[in-house]
Amino acid sequence: MVIAIGFEGSANKLGVGIVRDGEILANCRRTYITPPGEGFLPRETAEHHQQNIHGVLEEALEQSGILPQDIDVVCYTKGPGMGAPLMVCAIVARTCAKLWNKPILGVNHCIGHIEMGRLITKANNPTVLYVSGGNTQIIAYSRQRYRIFGETIDIAVGNCLDRFARVLKLSNAPSPGYNIEQAAKRGKKYLHLPYCVKGMDVSFSGILSYMEDKIDDLLKEYTPEDLCYSLQETVFAMLVEITERAMAHCGSDEVLIVGGVGCNERLQEMMGVMCAERGSKIFATDERFCIDNGVMIAHAGALAFESGARMDFKDTTITQRYRTDDVLVTWRND
Amino acid sequence: MAEDYKILKQGAEAKLYICNYLGKPALIKERFKKNYRHSDLDTSITKERIKNEARSIVRCKTAGVKTPCLYLVDFERRRIYMQHFVESITIKDFVINIVSKEQINCDGDIILDVVAKMIGEAVRKMHDNNIIHGDLTSSNMLLVPKISSAGVADNSKWLDVANLELVMIDFGLSFIDTSTEDKGVDLYVLERALISTHNDYPDLFNKILEAYKKFNKNNVKEILSKFEEVRARGRKRTMVG
Ligand SMILES: Nc1ncnc2c1ncn2[C@@H]1O[C@H](COP(=O)(O)OP(=O)(O)O)[C@@H](O)[C@H]1O
Ligand SMILES: [Fe+2]
Ligand SMILES: [Mg+2]
Repeated sequence: MVIAIGFEGSANKLGVGIVRDGEILANCRRTYITPPGEGFLPRETAEHHQQNIHGVLEEALEQSGILPQDIDVVCYTKGPGMGAPLMVCAIVARTCAKLWNKPILGVNHCIGHIEMGRLITKANNPTVLYVSGGNTQIIAYSRQRYRIFGETIDIAVGNCLDRFARVLKLSNAPSPGYNIEQAAKRGKKYLHLPYCVKGMDVSFSGILSYMEDKIDDLLKEYTPEDLCYSLQETVFAMLVEITERAMAHCGSDEVLIVGGVGCNERLQEMMGVMCAERGSKIFATDERFCIDNGVMIAHAGALAFESGARMDFKDTTITQRYRTDDVLVTWRND
Repeated sequence: MAEDYKILKQGAEAKLYICNYLGKPALIKERFKKNYRHSDLDTSITKERIKNEARSIVRCKTAGVKTPCLYLVDFERRRIYMQHFVESITIKDFVINIVSKEQINCDGDIILDVVAKMIGEAVRKMHDNNIIHGDLTSSNMLLVPKISSAGVADNSKWLDVANLELVMIDFGLSFIDTSTEDKGVDLYVLERALISTHNDYPDLFNKILEAYKKFNKNNVKEILSKFEEVRARGRKRTMVG
């Protein structure tokens, strides 16, 4: 039996989670929300995490009913992400490990999303669409690694949505993407936007700059809701298309959607229709598990720990770039 | 619809049915309506892909790259009719099921060298003629015997590489462009597809790239430096969230 605590703070979400053999004992989170029209910057985000991390940690311990001495391993996000915010969590995790005299493990954030998704949905060996503010990847497991079959060649889909939300000055609470999704539900008039797919890769920067450049003219003919709707329909169609291409190529009949954009219900619905047309199954989770959280780090760390992974204290650093396929998956043997 | 035809495969964006066209074995590639996407978007994408596919198949012929013969285009029913290579194997299946499983009977490396050369040269010929494939993966390349080996039941017919020819397929994402950037991206897409799919043969792409370079010295430097640039862009991207 492994009890693990996980610290996550690679972007504007700060989370602490505790798991016992895949059972979630605590999942606590705070989000740094910026004013409409503004994105989050590393320094301010790190300050937010510093101010909140002790409160979140206390809350998680209390919620779980676990005492520090019961914990087997302290896990934190090693990367990828923004340097300063990552550092805040790493420092607190290292302090806890020393204080409680426990082993410590740095975890790849993307692997955290994937393993969290597999845990919640019980998907066995799915093609994974990982979509968030900083990532857009199509992943499938093969021979001890999560291999990247497709990805964005410029900006992430979440980044594209968030930046468009800022152009429209939509609120950042609870997240810009959520507000785009709500606005899109009221959109009716469809605008043709650039559609850019290259094999299993996608590109979103062309769509974003098209909309940014023409926004004043577009708003004469389309409502903001119409534009949100058209943007979602276009970028999600691209994502579903590359997912289907990867499934055909890999001979896979399961899809798992993870990452913050993965809780968008329109994306889930479109993916579901595609899966039905190919006789495949779709797996997705809601915002509690899709959006960055501490549980995913605790769970992925626990899997690695159980399979024998250990980390020297001197190696418990952070790294802004850390690819999904850099991690040796020691806990799967299929 | 295509009820009376036998389905061969459901590919990445189309269903493929087996049929007969003027007495010849043929395939219908039907880009059926995708209900997940807005119907205006679906219509425009489908039309464009059918057009791309038909155009590039024909253009490859002049470029000396083997593709299935194009028999008929039916926009109304979203179909392309083309030659069916009844005896064929995708490069993906070839690498996974033949090269790695038949090691006892052959030297997998030598066989792969020959096949990599065929791939590198075919891609180069396309690029020299400004055909960008757009979806270069091992699922979109076939090997076919020059002289039919239909009598040979087991896999050994795929080991006689001297008798094999490479056929490029699936031109839905293709387009015509002279830019070195697009050619660089095409190579990058191929590299990524091979690294992820055939991670047990890590030099497969390099062997292909060698053949691509050697085939013709013109312009290759510019394409390669664009390729390196696209690749570096991919590595540099920080990934938050
Ligand atoms: N002309 C052909 N002869 C034999 N097999 C083919 C032919 N064309 C396609 N196939 C098979 O069907 C699969 C899907 O065809 P493809 O043209 O790639 O469609 P999609 O765009 O849906 O991927 C190929 O990977 C290959 O196995
Ligand atoms: Fe994330
Ligand atoms: Mg194909």
